[in-house]
Amino acid sequence: MTAITTTAPRTPALAPRVTPLEGVRQVFSLAWRSLVQIRHNPMELIDLSIQPVMFILLFTYVFGTAISGSPRDYVQFMLAGIIVQNSLFATMTTGFGLNMDLTKGVFDRLRSLPIARSAPLTGRILADTVKQVWSIGLLLGIGVILGFRVHTGPLQVLAAVALLLVFMMAASWLSVLVGVLVSEPDKVQIFGFMVIFPLSFTSNAFVPTDRMPGWLQAWVKVNPVTILADAVRGLLSTGAAGGPILKSLLWAAGLVVVFAPLAVRALRRRV
Amino acid sequence: MTHAIWAEGLVKRFGDTTALAGVDLAVRTGTVLGLLGPNGAGKTTTVRVLATLLRPDAGHAKVGGCDVVREAHKVRQLIGLTGQYASVDETLTGVENLLLLGRLLGLSRADAKRRARQLLAEFRLEDAADRPAKTYSGGMRRRLDLAASLVGRPQLLYLDEPTTGLDPRSRNEVWDLVRGLVAGGVTVLLTTQYMDEADQLADEIVVVDHGRVIATGTPDELKVKTGTQTLAVRPADPADLPTVVSVVGELARTTPEVSNNLVSAPVSDGAVLPAAVRRLDEADVVIAELALRSSSLDEVFLALTGHRAEDDSQEGNE
Repeated sequence: MTAITTTAPRTPALAPRVTPLEGVRQVFSLAWRSLVQIRHNPMELIDLSIQPVMFILLFTYVFGTAISGSPRDYVQFMLAGIIVQNSLFATMTTGFGLNMDLTKGVFDRLRSLPIARSAPLTGRILADTVKQVWSIGLLLGIGVILGFRVHTGPLQVLAAVALLLVFMMAASWLSVLVGVLVSEPDKVQIFGFMVIFPLSFTSNAFVPTDRMPGWLQAWVKVNPVTILADAVRGLLSTGAAGGPILKSLLWAAGLVVVFAPLAVRALRRRV
Repeated sequence: MTHAIWAEGLVKRFGDTTALAGVDLAVRTGTVLGLLGPNGAGKTTTVRVLATLLRPDAGHAKVGGCDVVREAHKVRQLIGLTGQYASVDETLTGVENLLLLGRLLGLSRADAKRRARQLLAEFRLEDAADRPAKTYSGGMRRRLDLAASLVGRPQLLYLDEPTTGLDPRSRNEVWDLVRGLVAGGVTVLLTTQYMDEADQLADEIVVVDHGRVIATGTPDELKVKTGTQTLAVRPADPADLPTVVSVVGELARTTPEVSNNLVSAPVSDGAVLPAAVRRLDEADVVIAELALRSSSLDEVFLALTGHRAEDDSQEGNE
């Protein structure tokens, strides 16, 4: 074995704490890491791109005529709903990735480094937000190809994307909580499937409320997925969305107030 | 002599279980301290406290002169952590893992890249540099783990069971790497279940069991301290075994162990050797093998704890 010359310890001047600028750099480095993972993990690419495209094509051509008379009319109604559903599923990647780091020991390695305590989580959420933007853009693009038309303006489209991102960042606290509590990453997926699937189908994301049985309508009207879908639909095509936007923001605030402290407490307890 | 690590009265409880029940230890700068004990003894918990990953419920610890609780950020600038609980990201390639750590430690992009390539070359991972870590063999993975903990040129290295599950050749490779680091001035805290690993690498050994330090000393001191030596006799004719057992038993004042026609017992006085020769000669026993040898660390551990080191495994991750 040749002598290891470059590993001789340095004698550093020790910094008392992380400066804010260093903290920001660390968040970006960790976000970079989450995004680079996509290159090596084809499953992530499928989750991010192929699944939303497959869903929008299936829904538009299988249910379109039955629900709205034509695929083109249906995509005009359903696009907002499928974007909301897809974004909710995508929040699960935050908890999935966090659980992976916790179970594999990566999180401990990161915590043993002289970096900001919040950087591992913030970096992951930043990366997942980039993934959200990609999926939302992809669905909007496919939607336009299938016949969806924006009837408002570019500002409203940006507002819709912003509202979705705010809501999903709030919802990702639930994902973080689940990611910390379950014993293995796959259980995060199972949780997402068990909760988000029924939640998004018992909303007006895919079928107008008045086409459902009366007892279900009462739930559909208060379902947060309905509220967010209405807000996005209003911002993209129908125009009137003040009420649903406000209610969506209240829901987002509620999610943060309830799940952020629970998630942080659970994380502190686990590590 | 300065101490790179110094801990006093460390206590850590998890619910009803006491993982650490008052651990004291000191590691002199530039030396290797072997922390020995079975699974669940408190080795990993000790390392996690000293690596600022866990807060002790009581006691104090200083690493490089900095308190692990109050000056955790400073401690983190001094240490490198390797082991089963501080892993690289399997989905990233070798070079991406090291690049990420370099960036997190404040290196510029170019410097981080240079450092990553340099470490990969030193640890003979150049050919695998651009493959995801999950495709690495066990030995390559450990080398990458070790490289990852060295990106920041730490003064202190914590190695938590660095060779568990490795084949003998890979184990020797890791040992050589550790020796090279120590020669370069790094202080090492090594936890292990393997006696020969501690014997090979450690300047000093701390034996823990049930969250307590039960013995401290150099490997040789520990061997002298407990049972000291082993008297072993193999008769040429197995028919003489009962005679040999009674002679050895009488001299050692204990019931000898018999395995493979070899009768052995711990003895504390070297004078038993000529006595054994005389008594066996008088009894007309022809001896095939006769030895007085130092106890192995394995036997030391057995004497100290009453059970073998690799016993009660599967106690989980403390």
